[in-house]
Amino acid sequence: MGQIVLEQVTKSFGDVTVIPPLDLIIEDGEFTVFVGPSGCGKSTLLRLIAGLEDVTSGEIRIDGTPSATTPPAKRGLAMVFQSYALYPHMTVRKNIAFPLRMAGLDRAEQDRRVEQAAAVLNLTDYLDRRPGQLSGGQRQRVAIGRAIVREPAAFLFDEPLSNLDAALRVGMRLEISELHNRLKTTMIYVTHDQVEAMTMADKIVVLRAGHIEQVGSPLELYKAPRNLFVAGFIGSPRMNLIGGAEAAKHNATTIGIRPEHISISAEEGAWSGVVGVSEHLGSDTFFHVQDTGLAETVTVRADGEVNFRHGDRIYLTPREERLHRFDEQGLRIA
Amino acid sequence: MSTKASRSAARLMLAPAVILLLAWMLVPLTMTLIFSFQRYLPMRGGFQGWVGFENYARFIGSSAFWPAIQTTIIIVGGVLLITVILGILLAILLDQPMWGQGMVRILVIAPFFVMPTVSGLVWKNMFMDPNNGLLSHLWRFFGADPVIWLSDASMLSIILIVSWQWLPFATLILLTAIQSLDSEQIEAAEMDGAPVLSRFWHIILPHLARAITIVILIQTIFLLAIFAEIFVTTQGSFGTRTLTYLIYQRVLESQNVGLGSAGGIYAVILANIFALLLMRIVGKNLDR
Ligand SMILES: Nc1ncnc2c1ncn2[C@@H]1O[C@H](COP(=O)(O)OP(=O)(O)OP(=O)(O)O)[C@@H](O)[C@H]1O
Ligand SMILES: [Mg+2]
Repeated sequence: MGQIVLEQVTKSFGDVTVIPPLDLIIEDGEFTVFVGPSGCGKSTLLRLIAGLEDVTSGEIRIDGTPSATTPPAKRGLAMVFQSYALYPHMTVRKNIAFPLRMAGLDRAEQDRRVEQAAAVLNLTDYLDRRPGQLSGGQRQRVAIGRAIVREPAAFLFDEPLSNLDAALRVGMRLEISELHNRLKTTMIYVTHDQVEAMTMADKIVVLRAGHIEQVGSPLELYKAPRNLFVAGFIGSPRMNLIGGAEAAKHNATTIGIRPEHISISAEEGAWSGVVGVSEHLGSDTFFHVQDTGLAETVTVRADGEVNFRHGDRIYLTPREERLHRFDEQGLRIA
Repeated sequence: MSTKASRSAARLMLAPAVILLLAWMLVPLTMTLIFSFQRYLPMRGGFQGWVGFENYARFIGSSAFWPAIQTTIIIVGGVLLITVILGILLAILLDQPMWGQGMVRILVIAPFFVMPTVSGLVWKNMFMDPNNGLLSHLWRFFGADPVIWLSDASMLSIILIVSWQWLPFATLILLTAIQSLDSEQIEAAEMDGAPVLSRFWHIILPHLARAITIVILIQTIFLLAIFAEIFVTTQGSFGTRTLTYLIYQRVLESQNVGLGSAGGIYAVILANIFALLLMRIVGKNLDR
């Protein structure tokens, strides 16, 4: 069980309001990702749920129980910190066993659960080392191990992969998703990396300055961003946002078209421009097209084989049905 | 400092400091060594010939030697115990956010700036005086007979005075150590279900282990040589004669430089044994 409900939750530090009134429901077993730019209040929100900070007003309910007076340890939540927060003077085994020891489990049961978690996380060979003797990825796994042995109602992750290199990040991403599939426990995951958000989430919560901009599945957010902020934030590379006369043709203040929804041709098309930088990824090529008269650059995705050179004139045609239209407030026009 | 040239340049530039330091240490040490093998009584005939190890045997054989060692160890141990325990508590207290933090910290550090002689006299006359001391007023206020501190509880008094002197040092070192503790570790322990005392025991104390060994190491070396506090209060009577004080008495009161020098060499050996022992412990701690 692990349903988490936030009702009119606010948080201020002194005079600064970090979280204005906010409502959110996280269903049991859901993998929810909080994304947003740096400083938007993701960590603060997570810490409020964890109980490491008190809410200024409003209510957080975990499995229906109001948790205002419940200390962090009693909420049945486990948190994985960005810095891992391992205990440096304890071996991996003792680190993972620490919550069990605090809960007063007997030694045999502690050992059993630690061995089990270590097997799941490929840590068996490292149990007698100290955190200082482990690589970043291994430390990360120890932190996760310390969280899973408690069998919590929900996991809270605060940017757990941000200290890892790109390759390791992809690997750990899969491992965490895998873990979620097996445990089916509620997970809340904070990140500012939208790729992590898109690939892992059942539900994405996009935050800006403490406000929820949109909540939905990754595909919903991708297909129907509710406003310009979400449109620009979700998807990589970013959606092309075009204003002016071209937008007016579609009865909108701004139109958006994703790089992958523009077709490219050497002969003819709706828009024309000059190829600037091109990024060859092998599978895809991204062209940054200039001098289109629409926006400073328009990013276009093409097949890996397509080969235009810097300075070539090319023609672009957006796929009409994939065009997003926004009004003057930046809200989506249905 | 990785290349050969930079290494030798570094040595060259360090040389004056090293030479000065060596001279500073070696000259008195050698003179003490030389005196310790002489029969040398400045007021009673001066140099009276070489006597080999006689001074060493006499110093250790005197009935005052072992009690002095015992007194030294009790005082050093007592002060260490008080300063480390209170130092940890004070450091935790000062680490909490509170009003007037900067001022409070300066006040806590203040005793360290008071000269040992002055602090000894202040304690003796202001606090521990049996007639007019603050403590005796306090005792009388509660209807008790005032304690005659410096004669009835002489060891305790000395330990208190010296602890008061050294508490700021311990607090300061431990405070910086506490401040370097990652707050996420405490939060993680909190989420792991550790109550306040367990957090202290399992997280904060191990984190402080290194700082504590350093406090013990440095303090021990200085405490082995305390003198002024005893000189201005009990003058070594009432069982407060430490090794240092015994040496002082041999040299200045009995005017026996040779005998005192032998004692001085014993003190050097004792301090070195302590230092080596502690260095090993610290070394082990620093390895981690
Ligand atoms: N203890 C505090 N006192 C005052 N302000 C704080 C405190 N903690 C956070 N803030 C402020 O609250 C805002 C949100 O901080 P938070 O750490 O939640 O951001 P974040 O979304 O996690 O950012 P990042 O992606 O950089 O980690 C920031 O503007 C920050 O300055
Ligand atoms: Mg954060």
